[in-house]
Amino acid sequence: MNRALIVRSIGPAAAIQDLGRTGFMSAGLTRGGASDPAALHEGAALLGQMPSCAVLEMAGMGGVFEATSDIRIALSGAVMDATIDGATVQWNSSHLLSACSVLKIGAARRGNFGYLHVGGGFATPSYLGTQGCHMSAGLGRLIAEGDILPVGKDASTDTGFYVVPEQRLDGGKIRFVRSMQSDKFEDSTMTRFTKTEFRRDPRGNRQGIRMDFDGKGFQSGGQLNIVSEVTIAGDIQITGDGTPFVLMHECQTTGGYPRIGTILPCDLNKVSQAPIGSSLKFELLTLEEGAAIQARASAVLSGLRKSIKPLIRDVTTIQDLLSYQLISGAISAKNAPLDEG
Amino acid sequence: MKNLMTEKFETQETWPQIKTVGLAGVIVTFSGVLSEPANRAAIAFLAAVRAAEWEEVEESNSTLVSTFLKIDLSVYRPEPIIERLQNLVDSRDWLAAPLPSGRTLWRVPTLFGTDRAPELAEAAELAGQTIEQAITDLSTTSMRVLTIGFAPGQPYLGTLPDYWNIPRQTKITPNVPAGSLVTAVRQFCLFPYATPTGWRHVGATGFLSFRPKSERPFPLSPGDEMIFDPVTEAEFLKIESSDQSGNGGAQTEMLK
Repeated sequence: MNRALIVRSIGPAAAIQDLGRTGFMSAGLTRGGASDPAALHEGAALLGQMPSCAVLEMAGMGGVFEATSDIRIALSGAVMDATIDGATVQWNSSHLLSACSVLKIGAARRGNFGYLHVGGGFATPSYLGTQGCHMSAGLGRLIAEGDILPVGKDASTDTGFYVVPEQRLDGGKIRFVRSMQSDKFEDSTMTRFTKTEFRRDPRGNRQGIRMDFDGKGFQSGGQLNIVSEVTIAGDIQITGDGTPFVLMHECQTTGGYPRIGTILPCDLNKVSQAPIGSSLKFELLTLEEGAAIQARASAVLSGLRKSIKPLIRDVTTIQDLLSYQLISGAISAKNAPLDEG
Repeated sequence: MKNLMTEKFETQETWPQIKTVGLAGVIVTFSGVLSEPANRAAIAFLAAVRAAEWEEVEESNSTLVSTFLKIDLSVYRPEPIIERLQNLVDSRDWLAAPLPSGRTLWRVPTLFGTDRAPELAEAAELAGQTIEQAITDLSTTSMRVLTIGFAPGQPYLGTLPDYWNIPRQTKITPNVPAGSLVTAVRQFCLFPYATPTGWRHVGATGFLSFRPKSERPFPLSPGDEMIFDPVTEAEFLKIESSDQSGNGGAQTEMLK
């Protein structure tokens, strides 16, 4: 059988994702892509491949997957309980999933979006140039039980590495810079906005997430007078009743509500992963400060490959040592992965 | 989009304005209100920026009154880009720019009213027209594609006569089907897929402005014109059953 993962069961909102599609903004289609792009870089570093490889994004809940041949996997993003053939495997790490082995991924314990990476990336069909689903544009679909996810050719057999991810699963401080409509807001409104403690509201999707708060709203002067204008992921849009919505990767390309500012891309991942009810506070930076912080964050992501470390297994932390298939590695050596597909 | 067509020009501000958009790029805005010259300026300025092929620009687009350049401002400093944009702005009178060449006129068979477009009567009443007068206005005005945006391929089309400056509904219609022609504030939108909307649903078409499986997934471009030719329910059903391409029986001709 070709290299693939057979989906034995799956959470309600899992889909193939990547870094999104560019070049379609003037056609009304935003980039979309994974909710936590940093997790794609981490998984790619663990497997020694490009972050553009397609991955499985699992919102809130994982699934059960069976390998048709030896497949390298990596796990990143929201922390979920994972086992291979019943033995616990570490998150933010790479592992070998041997032919016929079963990977079980449970509910998210921290964060919202967990990622399953495979060596060679998923080889699913492309829509408008890339494989990532764009739910709001109707490109691609959710993964269902019984799906067979083809896996691309893998150039490596290295597994057993971990990476220490940037902290981003618990909300916290969200840095933003002024944008084209920030000057429509009174200074006092901006100050109040940066001093308010917000909570991630349950109302949210891939287009935008509502910020809950106590007290009065954050309307601008001339709220109703602005012409519909470009929107980008990370914009903090203030709706008619003064409530902030953070626009996410599948937002529309234009919007009629004023934007108080725009979140740094590196901190937008924190908004994606912030659990419902978690606390978020917005910190305003100058454009220079924001650019420097974002440049550093981008450099960290592109240098991740150098910072991965070999997993050191402590036998005392392995819950069920005997269930480890300690000899299956020898058996799978007959199935040299490079001979396939 | 609310009442923008009738607002007075904001004289206390000077235009065009060049501003940064988060760390995502730079925008040149030609007016604080929607106007036909500002829309033409945005389209023409976009063409000039694209022709310049600046290496910093990842992609670019025009909105109702602006041209946006997507540039990673964590990599490139904005000041030199803004200076170049200012020079380009100053190089000519963009509000007098002609429309782009190679524009297409689309004639789209449209079923006005009936249970397929149930808000025609209400829209006509708000515009102070009989249903017959309304259909005449809506089907004989050549509507310009002002921008493509919001949803994939979706055109904002302008503009209808003054008395069509009708507000959006206070309630959102939960779901109008793909191909729906809706109106508010002297404009049309033509939805590429089923969507909730506050605009009034006045016509049904088989024309999809986003065809993901087609060789040309986004058929419309800013500057194109659209005329919504009225057809009978029987004719509309015939088109629906014979044209599954997403073109909805539309005919095209090149505009000069």
